[in-house]
Amino acid sequence: MASKKQKIHMSAMAKREERWAWLFIAAPFVGFMLFMAYPIVFALIASASKWTGINSLWGNMVGFRNYAKILTDDKFWKAMGTTIIYMIGIPIGMILGMLIAMGLNRKIPGKRILTTMYYVPVVSSLVAVSILWAWVFNYDYGLLNGIYKALTGMHGPNWLGDEVMVKISLIIFMVWKGLGGTVILYLAGLQNIPRDYYEAAMIDGANSWQKFKSITLPLLSPVTFYVLITSLIGGFQVFVEVQVMTPSGGPNYSSATVVFYLYEKAFTNGQLGYGSAVAVILAIIIFIITAINFRGQDKWVKTID
Amino acid sequence: MELALKRSSAKDYQSDRVTTSKEKVVNIIVFVVLFLFAITMVFPLIYMVATSFMTKNQILSGSLTILPNPILIGKYSQVLSKGQFISGIINTICVEIPVLLIGGFTSSLAAFAFAKMEFRGKNILFLALLATIMIPFAVVMIPQYVLFTKLGWTNSLAPLIIPGCFGNVGMIFFLRQNLYSIPSDLMDAAKIDGCNYFRIYYKIFLPLMKGALGTQLMLWFMGIWNDYLAPTIFLRSEKNWTLQVVIRSFNSYYAIQSDYALIMAASVIAMLPTLVLFFLFQRVIIESIAISGIK
Repeated sequence: MASKKQKIHMSAMAKREERWAWLFIAAPFVGFMLFMAYPIVFALIASASKWTGINSLWGNMVGFRNYAKILTDDKFWKAMGTTIIYMIGIPIGMILGMLIAMGLNRKIPGKRILTTMYYVPVVSSLVAVSILWAWVFNYDYGLLNGIYKALTGMHGPNWLGDEVMVKISLIIFMVWKGLGGTVILYLAGLQNIPRDYYEAAMIDGANSWQKFKSITLPLLSPVTFYVLITSLIGGFQVFVEVQVMTPSGGPNYSSATVVFYLYEKAFTNGQLGYGSAVAVILAIIIFIITAINFRGQDKWVKTID
Repeated sequence: MELALKRSSAKDYQSDRVTTSKEKVVNIIVFVVLFLFAITMVFPLIYMVATSFMTKNQILSGSLTILPNPILIGKYSQVLSKGQFISGIINTICVEIPVLLIGGFTSSLAAFAFAKMEFRGKNILFLALLATIMIPFAVVMIPQYVLFTKLGWTNSLAPLIIPGCFGNVGMIFFLRQNLYSIPSDLMDAAKIDGCNYFRIYYKIFLPLMKGALGTQLMLWFMGIWNDYLAPTIFLRSEKNWTLQVVIRSFNSYYAIQSDYALIMAASVIAMLPTLVLFFLFQRVIIESIAISGIK
């Protein structure tokens, strides 16, 4: 940061440079003000209003009543519960991802092709693969029940039509969709661990498990932490796959998430004030996770130095 | 860049080592397990393509069949002859081109300023921009929707095009990192020569960040191509629907008629461009994803 003295004595050339620089960053900055800063302030104000977009925003102020209503709405808590249940997929994906990455880090043939195969679902359109999996999960003709019937001779479960099964189905889907990303991050992490560490451990007579426990796992902790935080933040925003596979939120609203609830309130029912309050709650949750990210990093993450 | 260096040195090391026969056996087992699991991962996608070639009878026979018999390609021509599908593709391209051109320009220009120029408030402004990455779309979508409605944009593609033209923060961040690895001597020399700053950006640094810019534009292209939530909220009239919104509506419409072959054919076509891009440029794409986790 420039001190006051420097500011006053800034050369004409430096001043010119500064003006140009401000001009160069003007577009993203204006975009930030218009499409991020302003909407956030607006959402805060709207969250205190019983606003529908048609009636007056300022004339229908209800204070914190929207929040009180949300926090006593069973549907909201059900959606929140489902959102958190879906997060069971996060540790599953992380463990699988780490194991696959450790395998790919060995001297095996076809590494490139295998990595590509794991990564294909990540780059595929979320809508298209959600449509595909709705078909795979189809009760009467889907792939899964086809396999189930071929193996057991009995009709398989109603994947998307049962309150418990629908959650399992969506967890399977989410693990499948995101696994490749986790694999690539862990693989990069593994490749950053110096080999001498393992060799030193081998000389000390450490077995594979000990090597994994005291070298691999701690040195992968930055990746683990990154994957965990981004998955948690992403986990609170799950929407598209739920809306495509179960457009009405599943049997008895059992597959709906917080964002699904938000979308329904705001855009199906037109309760824009109420929806804004849900958005603010969502923002607070994500802010807390991000804060934990910054504070916890030093505590849990071990680096090579 | 650092990553690539480390990787190559690790590889050299690896090849120096002698692989024991026990390790070889383990490697074979690991390979088989990884291969079978990888097949399981892509199997739904194979099934998707297979279904798109099947007859309705075969699909609804209720028994497990993977290979289409007979092979029908009619569903693809049926999908491609649907006006709505074609207009979905055209609309998506109409969003892609201006956003990537203008947004790529504004982003790279800002990245240049943040990496190579001195100005007051640089750090704080950069942090403010970076913070927007943390803000979920779901939080700002209602106010944005209201804003775009008030501006009268929701009857056009403007809500998808205009915000993108102001730049992409993720891209600014990556290009800034990339520019840090280019020595600033070039900048100083150009300044002494009296080049104006835009010329320095355009003539010197833009060509130097071509590679990174290309990768980022590709990722952005995929992001726009696959975007669904913003188009569903902001596009009021059907004629403006982008491809993802169109295939979503196909799904709800044709599922009732059990025309799964058509739905799958439409989804395959919708996935194709991003998959082709990924196969062509997988090395750079994977590398840039990996770097994001290590940083």
